[in-house]
Amino acid sequence: MIGKTLRKIYIGLVILFMYAPIIVLIVLSFNNSRSRVVWGGFTLKWYSALFSSSSYMNAFYTTIILAVLSAGIATVIGLAAALGITAMRKRNIQIMLFFTNIPLVNADIVTGIALMLWFVRFLPLGFMSVLVAHVTFNMPYVILCILPRLDAMDMHQFEAARDLGAGIRYAFWKVMLPDLMPGIFSGFFMAATMSLDDFVITYFTKGPGVNTLSTKIYTEIRKGIKPEMYALSSILFLLVLIILILINVTGNNASRSINKTIEEK
Amino acid sequence: MKSKKVRVLAIPYAVWIVGFTLIPLMFVLAKAVTSPAGGFTFDNLLAIFDPVNRKSLILSLLLAFISTVMCILISYPVALILKSSKIKNKKILMFILILPMWMNFILRILAVQMLLSKNGIINHFLTMAGLSPINIINTPYAIVFGMVYDYLPYMMLPVLNCILAIPDDIIEASRDLGANRLTVLRRIIIPLSLSGIGSGITMVFVPSMTEFVIANILGGGKIQLLGNIIEQEFSVTMNQHLGSGLSVTLMIFVLLTTLLFGRHEDTNKGFVL
Repeated sequence: MIGKTLRKIYIGLVILFMYAPIIVLIVLSFNNSRSRVVWGGFTLKWYSALFSSSSYMNAFYTTIILAVLSAGIATVIGLAAALGITAMRKRNIQIMLFFTNIPLVNADIVTGIALMLWFVRFLPLGFMSVLVAHVTFNMPYVILCILPRLDAMDMHQFEAARDLGAGIRYAFWKVMLPDLMPGIFSGFFMAATMSLDDFVITYFTKGPGVNTLSTKIYTEIRKGIKPEMYALSSILFLLVLIILILINVTGNNASRSINKTIEEK
Repeated sequence: MKSKKVRVLAIPYAVWIVGFTLIPLMFVLAKAVTSPAGGFTFDNLLAIFDPVNRKSLILSLLLAFISTVMCILISYPVALILKSSKIKNKKILMFILILPMWMNFILRILAVQMLLSKNGIINHFLTMAGLSPINIINTPYAIVFGMVYDYLPYMMLPVLNCILAIPDDIIEASRDLGANRLTVLRRIIIPLSLSGIGSGITMVFVPSMTEFVIANILGGGKIQLLGNIIEQEFSVTMNQHLGSGLSVTLMIFVLLTTLLFGRHEDTNKGFVL
C-alpha cells in the first residue's frame, strides 16, 4: 500500500518537474503585474500587446509558413525517394539509408554551420536559405516514417489492380497511396514540428532580415524578458496541444478502420 | 515494382543529399584543414588541445554526462512503475510524460530561467519559507538543470517504449520459475531495455554536448561550452577556419557516441501519435 502511494508520488513529482515551468509561464501571461512573483490581477493586455506587435507577428507568420512549406516540400521529395529506395537493390538501400541518417546523427550546430558556409557562395542568407535548410533536415523524418509502411505493404493488391487493367498511375493513386497515407501524414507532421522547434540551424542560416519565433525569442531573452513572451508561450503550448490531440483522435480512427478491414477479411 | 522507372523517383532526393548534406560537410572539412591565408594546416584540428578549448571540451563532456545520467535515473523508475501498474490510461499518462518534447525548445529554456533566476520563483518560495535563496543561475548547475529539463522527454520516450514492450508473459514465467523481483529486474527487464537506454543516451548526450543556447541563457554567457566557442568563431571572432576545425572535433565525438550507444531514434516520436 505504501509502495503504491510512493509510486504515485514519484510519477506526480516527475510530472510536476516537467510541467511546473510551463504552468508558471501560462499563469504569468494573465498577470496584470510585471512582477514574476506578485499576482496583480487578471488581464489579457499581454495578449493584445503581442497581437499588435508587428515584429512578433511577422516572426509568427514566418514560422508557420516555413513549417508548412518545408514539411510539404520534404514530404513530396521524401515520398518519391521512399518509393524509389524500396525498388533498389539491398546494398543501394543501405547506402541511401546511411546518407539519410547523416542529418539526424550530426549535431545541429555542425549542420547549421556547414549549410551557412555553402549558402554564402550562391544564395543570399534569408528566407530561401532557411527554407532549403529546413527541407534538408526534414526529409529524413519523412522518409523514415514512410519506409516502414512501404515495407509492410501488401504489393499483391497493387499487382492485382494492375492485372485488372489499372494503369500505373491509377493503381498508385487508388491502391498504394491510401495505404501509405498514415505514414505520409505522420511524416509531414513530424517534419512540421521539427521545423517549428528548430533554433540552431535557423540561427546560422537566416541572415539578418528574417526571424522565426525561436530566433526572435532568443534575441529578446538576451535583452530581458517581456510579459508578451509569456502570452506567446501559452498560445504555442495550446496550439501544440490541440494539434497533438487532433492527430491522436484521427490517428486512432485510421488504425481502427484498418483493424476493421482486417477483421472483415 | 522493381523497375528502373520507380528507382528514378529517388533522384531528386539523391541530388538534394549531395547538394545540401555532402557538399556543405566537405566545406567544413576543407575549412578545417586550411588556414585563413589559404595553406594546408592541421592547426585548426589541433586547436582543441589549447588550454581554453580543452577546458571547454571537458566541461561539455562532463555536463552532458551528468545530464544524461540524471535523465536515466529519472525516467527508468517511471517506466518501471508504469510497467507494473494496472491502470488503463497508460497511453494518456505516456502522452503527458512526452508532450513537453513538442514545446518550443527556446520557450522551455525561458521557463527554466524564470524558475531559477535570482529573483525567480524558486527563490521567492525559499525566502517565503524563511530559507536562504540559492544562487544557481549562471552556474554549471543551472545549465545541467536546463539540459535535464529540456532533454528528459527524449530519454523518457525510448525507455518507456522499450520497457512497456517487454511481454508480460516473460516476466510472469520467470516469476513462476522462482525469480524474485530483483532477479526479474536484473536478468530480464534491464537487459531487454538496453537498446532503449542506448538510443536515449544518444538523444540526450549528443544535443547536450553540442549545446550553446542553454549555456548562453542559463549560464549568463560566462560558462563556455565547446558549442559556445564554435558559435563565437562564426558570429564574433569570425575565424571560420578555427570554428570548422573545432566542429570537426565535435563531429568525431558525436560519431563515437552514436557508434557506442546506437542510433538516434527520433522517429520514435511517431509512436506517440
